[in-house]
Amino acid sequence: MKADLKVRRYSPEIDKEGASPRWQEYTVDIHPDSTVLDALIQVREELDGTLGLRCSCRASICGSCGMRVNGRARLVCKTQVRAIAPKGEQLVIEPMGNQPVIKDLAVDLSTFFGQMKRITPYMQPDKTPEKGEFIASYDSMNHLVGVMNCIMCGVCVSDCTVLEVDEKFIGPAALAKAYRFVADPRDDKHSDRLKFLNGEHGGIWDCTRCNMCVEVCPKGVAPMDRIMAMRDMAIEAGNRGTTGYRHTKSFERSVRKNGRLDELRLAAESPGLFNIPAQLAQAPLGVKAFLKGKMPPVRAHRAEEHKNITKVFEKVEAGRQVQPPEKS
Amino acid sequence: MKYAFYPGCVARGGTPELFDSAVAVMKRLGIEWTEIKKAACTGAGVLQERDLKLGDSLNVRTFALAEQMGLSTILVICSTCQGVMSQANARVKSDPEYLKEINAYLKDEGLEYKGTVQVKHLLWALIEDIGMDRLKQTFKHELAGLNIAPFYGCYIVRPSDVLGFGEHPQRQTSLETVITATGARVVDFAGKNKCCGLPILYINQQNALRMVSDHTGAAQDNGADAMVTPCPLCHLNLDGYQPKARRQNRGDKGNLPILHLPQLLGLAMGIAPKELGLQHHMVKTSGLLRKAAPKAVGVPQ
Repeated sequence: MKADLKVRRYSPEIDKEGASPRWQEYTVDIHPDSTVLDALIQVREELDGTLGLRCSCRASICGSCGMRVNGRARLVCKTQVRAIAPKGEQLVIEPMGNQPVIKDLAVDLSTFFGQMKRITPYMQPDKTPEKGEFIASYDSMNHLVGVMNCIMCGVCVSDCTVLEVDEKFIGPAALAKAYRFVADPRDDKHSDRLKFLNGEHGGIWDCTRCNMCVEVCPKGVAPMDRIMAMRDMAIEAGNRGTTGYRHTKSFERSVRKNGRLDELRLAAESPGLFNIPAQLAQAPLGVKAFLKGKMPPVRAHRAEEHKNITKVFEKVEAGRQVQPPEKS
Repeated sequence: MKYAFYPGCVARGGTPELFDSAVAVMKRLGIEWTEIKKAACTGAGVLQERDLKLGDSLNVRTFALAEQMGLSTILVICSTCQGVMSQANARVKSDPEYLKEINAYLKDEGLEYKGTVQVKHLLWALIEDIGMDRLKQTFKHELAGLNIAPFYGCYIVRPSDVLGFGEHPQRQTSLETVITATGARVVDFAGKNKCCGLPILYINQQNALRMVSDHTGAAQDNGADAMVTPCPLCHLNLDGYQPKARRQNRGDKGNLPILHLPQLLGLAMGIAPKELGLQHHMVKTSGLLRKAAPKAVGVPQ
């Protein structure tokens, strides 16, 4: 079968800063079971030896071959051509996003590893164990398997919608890695880590909860879910001075009381009720919304028999146990 | 087929025009519905991040209420409600022990979820239950000449494993299908499946506004007359904060009208703009109306 590829080329010697993207189209005859990587290697071997790309294991474990195919980042060794182009459609192939391009489909990994370094990516125990090994329970380590599956491929970083607008965001890969240590019973810096991630510009509260990283990760790491878990852990550890915390608390309070979200209270309480500059900053929009008849009701709407909803909250709270990572 | 209607919190609060236009459109389509008045907020991902079991309990309770009403499909008009409820449903359907724990919380209210409910957005119902032919029969005129950019909203496209894309692949292009059915042209742009930024609006407004500016700007650059979204949370950000976002980031006037899905349908159905609540939008829709529904706004023919 034929593979029809449109590849974004880039070479610092040829393409000037700020120039429009340069594309090159290739058609190769491939085996029907071929992956996109097989097709690209064939292009390089048969048609164009100048095509730059990274690959290694071809078995989705080394993490080298992350690229964007039809706008979505993936491991190309794990992507069968006929699965995404069943009728022989053209595949648009680009380097991963949110990272500088060195040449063609290979990106500079210093952005990725720079994010990793920000979260102190190594174990910090307070003492060495007496008998030469740490003892940790099966459950506590089994819990970490999912996040330890990360192969550092950068695909989540490529498609993160926050990194697209803010390069200071620590990013899904590094935050998932941070969780790997925060949730490890052998590490003794949990509260320091949580305090840092909670307060840092670009930390856990800057994730927009869009699920893009969860969707694109080839290994099921689910970075966003780890970030959300750390938000809760940070709150439980006493980190309360953030807009994120106030927003969550306000939301929780109004649904607990009325069964429904009180948007007006949410807007007022999130920045902090006594945060005068913030309240003044959002006042004009409030006035405009009022004039347009869009103001949420001052007396918030309620669900019918909303006391039953409060009871559900009470029951869940009674059974709620936030497990700190346990030590043996 | 009768639906258990779950309008969500924002359709009653910050975007009342969504509720009104949805009800008007459902009437024209002959959709039978009863509202689940005792249902709680879905949690919108915020409660889930605080306590997953709490969020799941509230949604399972809503499913049980629908079952109690003798109905098996919950109709929603919000991408976030769709996603959050689908995730909760998937979790309890795949873990009977977990469902048992949650049902224990609902026992006192006389509720028990038996796992028979599915959650379906109006957008999906249009394609799967009503069909484009029946939809087109309700149209008074085509929106030919209009260029509409689709904006899905994260929770109706991710995570894909709980949204039934395996069984219903057409859901992934459902907005384009509906736009085309109205006779309008679909405007493609890079951000149609990306995030509008609302969840971080209060936490990091700068980033949220950059997202709004990028997506509305890209759509307009590609010739869009309006954007349509099945999510009122996206609408709040894309509409309410568009002028500020565009001024700060692109230095231009953010004047791309943002339509709720039922409003787009309502325009084609010939429903009066006032009934669709178009006067409530922060970004004026009068220019769009002159192009889309000239008779309705008194443009001389």
